[in-house]
Amino acid sequence: MPLTVPEGSTILVLGSGPIVIGQACEFDYSGTQACKALKALGYRVVLINSNPATIMTDPDTADCTYVEPLTVETARYVIERERPDAILPTVGGQVGLNLAMQLHEKGVLTEFDVKLIGAQPDAIDLAEDRQRFKDAMVEIGVGVAESGVATTMDQAEALLEQIGLPAIIRPSFTLGGAGGGVAWNLEEFRSIVAEGLRLSPTTQVLVEKSLLGWKEFELEVMRDTADNAIVICSIENFDPMGIHTGDSITVAPAMTLTDREYQVLRDLALKILRRVGVETGGSNVQFAVNPDDGEVIVIELNPRVSRSSALASKATGFPIAKIAAQLAVGLTLDEIDNDITKTTPACFEPALDYVIVKIPRWNFEKFAGADRRLGSAMRSVGEVMGVGRTFQEAMLKAISSLEGGYPDVSGWSDERIRAALATATPDRLAAIFEGFRRGWDAYEVHHITRIDRWFLWQLAEIIHFEQSLEGRFVDTVSEGELRKAKRLGVSDGELAKFLACEIGDIADKRRERGLLPVFKRIDTCAGEFESSTPYLYSTYESEDEAGDDPRERVVILGNGPNRIGQGLEFDYCCCHASFAVKEAGYCAVMVNCNPETVSTDYDTSDKLYFEPVDLEHVQNVLDREKPKGVILQFGGQTPLKLSHAIGPVLGTAPEAIDLCEDRERFADFLRRLDIPQPENAIAGSVAEARLLAARMGYPLLVRPSYVLGGRAMAICWDEDDFEKAITEAVAASEIGSLLLDRYLGGALEYDVDALCDGEQVVIGGIIEHIEEAGVHSGDSAGVLPPVRSDARILKQLEDYTVRIALELGVVGLVNIQFAVVDGDVFVLEVNPRASRTVPFVSKARDVPLASIATRLCLGEKLKDIPIHPKGEGLFFIKAPVFPWRKFEGTDVLLGPEMRSTGEVMGVGWSFGEAYAKALIAAGMQLPSSGGVFLSIRDREKPASVSIAGALKHLGFKLYATRGTARYLGERGIECEAVFKVDEGRPDVVDHLKNGDVGLLLNTPEGKKAQYDELAMRLAGLRYGIPCITNVAAMKAAVAAIRSQRAGELRPIKLQELT
Amino acid sequence: MGAILLLEDGRTFEGEAFGAVTTRVGEAVFHTAMTGYQEVLTDPSFAEQIVTMTAPHVGNTGVNLDDPESERVWASAFIVRQLSRAPSSWRSEGGLHQYLKAHGVPGLQGIDTRALVRHIRDRGAMKCVVSTDGTSLEALREQLEAWPGMVGRNLAAEVCTSDAYVLCDPPDAPIRVSVVDGGVKKNILRLLEATGAYVRVHPITDPAEAWVDGVDLVFFSNGPGDPAASADIVAEVRKAIAARPCVGICLGHQLLALGLGATTYKLPFGHRGGNQPVRDERTGRVEITSQNHGFAVDRDSLLATGAEITHTHLNDHTTSGFMHRGKRVFAVQYHPEAAPGPHDSRGLIQQFLDFAAPTQGGR
Repeated sequence: MPLTVPEGSTILVLGSGPIVIGQACEFDYSGTQACKALKALGYRVVLINSNPATIMTDPDTADCTYVEPLTVETARYVIERERPDAILPTVGGQVGLNLAMQLHEKGVLTEFDVKLIGAQPDAIDLAEDRQRFKDAMVEIGVGVAESGVATTMDQAEALLEQIGLPAIIRPSFTLGGAGGGVAWNLEEFRSIVAEGLRLSPTTQVLVEKSLLGWKEFELEVMRDTADNAIVICSIENFDPMGIHTGDSITVAPAMTLTDREYQVLRDLALKILRRVGVETGGSNVQFAVNPDDGEVIVIELNPRVSRSSALASKATGFPIAKIAAQLAVGLTLDEIDNDITKTTPACFEPALDYVIVKIPRWNFEKFAGADRRLGSAMRSVGEVMGVGRTFQEAMLKAISSLEGGYPDVSGWSDERIRAALATATPDRLAAIFEGFRRGWDAYEVHHITRIDRWFLWQLAEIIHFEQSLEGRFVDTVSEGELRKAKRLGVSDGELAKFLACEIGDIADKRRERGLLPVFKRIDTCAGEFESSTPYLYSTYESEDEAGDDPRERVVILGNGPNRIGQGLEFDYCCCHASFAVKEAGYCAVMVNCNPETVSTDYDTSDKLYFEPVDLEHVQNVLDREKPKGVILQFGGQTPLKLSHAIGPVLGTAPEAIDLCEDRERFADFLRRLDIPQPENAIAGSVAEARLLAARMGYPLLVRPSYVLGGRAMAICWDEDDFEKAITEAVAASEIGSLLLDRYLGGALEYDVDALCDGEQVVIGGIIEHIEEAGVHSGDSAGVLPPVRSDARILKQLEDYTVRIALELGVVGLVNIQFAVVDGDVFVLEVNPRASRTVPFVSKARDVPLASIATRLCLGEKLKDIPIHPKGEGLFFIKAPVFPWRKFEGTDVLLGPEMRSTGEVMGVGWSFGEAYAKALIAAGMQLPSSGGVFLSIRDREKPASVSIAGALKHLGFKLYATRGTARYLGERGIECEAVFKVDEGRPDVVDHLKNGDVGLLLNTPEGKKAQYDELAMRLAGLRYGIPCITNVAAMKAAVAAIRSQRAGELRPIKLQELT
Repeated sequence: MGAILLLEDGRTFEGEAFGAVTTRVGEAVFHTAMTGYQEVLTDPSFAEQIVTMTAPHVGNTGVNLDDPESERVWASAFIVRQLSRAPSSWRSEGGLHQYLKAHGVPGLQGIDTRALVRHIRDRGAMKCVVSTDGTSLEALREQLEAWPGMVGRNLAAEVCTSDAYVLCDPPDAPIRVSVVDGGVKKNILRLLEATGAYVRVHPITDPAEAWVDGVDLVFFSNGPGDPAASADIVAEVRKAIAARPCVGICLGHQLLALGLGATTYKLPFGHRGGNQPVRDERTGRVEITSQNHGFAVDRDSLLATGAEITHTHLNDHTTSGFMHRGKRVFAVQYHPEAAPGPHDSRGLIQQFLDFAAPTQGGR
């Protein structure tokens, strides 16, 4: 077929922006694939994406890269400047699709004569508009759930009359089902509808008959310009209807359909795809099937590459996003080669001879007060994929991949287990296993959960086998039994539990008996053709297909499932490590289990092992590959935990890693270097912690050791806080020791990322936090270069970094966090590994830190590596993005526990411009005029004067609580005094609702959040009004508003940095 | 209970038995469909073949009375990675183990089926024997050697209906079709019946005069064995071509090619699955098809007869369909009736009937 977009044209790719729940790094995977594919076809690729921690925004992925907010203004500017011929809107998630629709509606596409490729506005609208979609389905005779669309509460209630409870409410055009839910009673119904109407950009909700308990299936489909259409993968949800597919355990291929039923779904999927009119590319169609009679109802079609497409790509080896991009420009499926076999075309349907299981990873523990029940809005923050020859093996490998993200419910009462089965929460899978352990019947569990009996029997079989081993000893277990255990997928760790021994004993026993896994290829064709791509998984079978690479191997360990505190940033680093290893002439071997990532793309590394990043599975890979060494400093805390058990480690020695984790030895180490750290102590028990706290006095920062993302970390202002904190900390820590640090109030914090080869240190960048100390570094906005420190302080930060890195013997990357109080510099923390800030710094300075660090791990020296930082004169801001809306009832106050899911970068010629862009990209558009509400605690009232004055000067109308208004009034700044909640009406929340106020400035009074302040912050959140809770950020915001008003926000191209 | 698979080249796979306790010989083949095991087992084209499913879990949905493609299980033995003990489906009427047992077919599970598949792929389809009754390896080897293999086997004559019968005789039938049954699948008959045509079924062993008597179109079905095995049948096919428009599927495609004077050959390991891409050369469109064949029609010899290639297999560019306008023959190598497999090619049944219609004849 002739290309529909002429060769050499310019194509604009829209990214998906920051990582948020429902839209994560799968869109880096898809965007990167798309950019690479389009470039390879000879197009000039222009990219907009505000997320710096992506491979797609690397300066060489696209030809022109704008790390800028994904807004109509930015896009218009970029279109005007770069003059693309076409826009590909289908690889950037809902954000990319929505932006494309806005550009269409605002006439930008017509104005600049640029066409959408992949999906046309009408098809997008038809797929996304609930009513139009439903009508179209009825027209072609496809079953739909009884439902109706409402734009007002009255309409919704009228609909409910016909449909009845329970009912599902789905807002139109929202991400990850945000604002939707199942209502069991009228009260719940009204509250969900109200929320849904508010969140929907079109003020529209669909009220739908509940299909709870029906089986749920997804088909990933593709179509080309010649109308060839294929199904890439069928996915069956283990959890029946009622739980968002992103929060469901899913299995591929579908397990419980006969051919007749499967072909019905296939026929429908293709029919729907054609009716909706998705011209080319990948789509995802979801179905509900009545388990009693097979009645089929279509739920929705996503006219774009989705999270499920990423999973399907990894599950089959079929690169959906890459091919979607190729189809979008007019290639047809039969013209594209199957990358894996290299001998057959991409126009076929993959056959699987293995099973994959995806399990979501949740982080509810970080959101106190949030409802843990799973429903139609997605709230997981990551996922793992287990691959095995059987469902059982795949499921158990997926559980191993969760790394402790799997709850222990053995101590629960029968009632509690039953409740956990009846109401789906993240604990349900564990409760199912526990129920079987207690002898419950699969029928009974099926009756409560409505999970298909086939899955339950499979799981029960695992438990029955395990129970046959219980109470036995490793020496009395026969080879046959051990073999059966491993073929079932039971991990060495689980076996050790039943057989009362150490995990190493099981591994030894296995090796002694020659019971080692083999590695099989994921090849798209179930072995029908030879695969030239080593995309591998382990299993206990007879034939190994790993293949031997003649080059020396270097193994890179990935970061496992995304979770708050360990996400995309680490995957970015792992990919760079792999590229650098390849570049250096070695065979790069990747081990990871996260299906959303670029690192698990089969062409990122020379060999890919899709395996849990735990001791057993990593050791298996090392045994098979016998590598030169293993690199573990790029995968966050996950691989670091293995540093002692595996080797040889390339880069910083395990001893140095330990030193940084061991508070006592670390304190000695700093004392020896004469580098100060905040007063601190370590307690082995709760009693000891109380004694130490009494001796040190308050405020204190309390946390358990060995945790990531500040889990259970708290600032304690007094004993009450302290007691609460230690209870939390003990629950969160496996090891049980507690760390106590002096809390440095009012300190400025810094993140320094540096490279070291053991002899020389190069500072990658210094980031100054906008928020003061006490806010987790991952939740702080930060600016590079620092704007509030003098040269002396910066010199000192560099000096300390150099001394620490050299003394530790760092080889590779090190991240050091500092606090500065009154000109004194303290070391807070040293991480001898790649940090979350590496991609940000790399992008800002155009220095590939992770890649250079890898070369150092491989033995190169810094003196031999030319480093030319760019970006001089520009300001770079990283700003976090929070999932508050998904966790109704959680306070938005920032603290030492990290809760952001992603980040954006703002680039500007002034601090204000960069900060304004960062906030816009993070979804926190500051007002340029209107009203601002201030409620400032006494301690910070003096600092607020200049802020209030500046806002007044900018023409804002100021509202304030009576105390704040009086204080500011006395200093000549007039504010309208407003009642707090419960003081009288109209109160502050009324003003918010009425739209009088476009910005909330609130520093919480005292140590505890007062009820009325919480209510105000939550109301702000509800109505999308930005709320800033600390003075430093308020000052920055004033600068941002100034820039915004001056019209200074011009997109900047990364390739232009000098 | 242990079970064993012995291959012609001496390789063995040991696993667990299911189904019947017995020993069966056949040709080792693999099938890559992820659903539809009951249809595969009951497809007469699998006569004297020992089928390995590449999908690891088989038996999940049990068995039922609606899905079989014939009245019995034709595969000689069945090999799977993991048999599901208990089925889960609202249509299930029993488990696969009991079903195979009732049909006297042995099963082997728990082996590295992927290793077996790769072995067959690399070495080609070969003779093999599956035993679940403890027969000694020595005895198995003898049985294996005694089995004649697939080449030169006229199995169609063994699996077809014994007597001709009228399947349906609706009033005002727009067209009259006779089906030459060489192991026809039920779904072909179902689809023909659904068109409203008059349909009569003949054993492939009937003479051509019987096939062509009083019909507008002769439809050659799928079936097992070597198409070139019986010169007698090919001679009858040639007569049928001379007398009536002829269409065919799979074995029927091969027989019609032979009848035109083309040749057939054995593929290394065949095409068996539901994901096989075929391009319709007339439209350029690709259909994902269901296939099940070990022999293929030689492209050059077919072109030499004056036929045109209408369909090409995209994986290996073998002939998937042809049309001879002058002699009014149209046939495809794959299975538009699917079962199991995708329905992309369903429209072909109507194209076959249209091909016979006098107004469209010779198009």
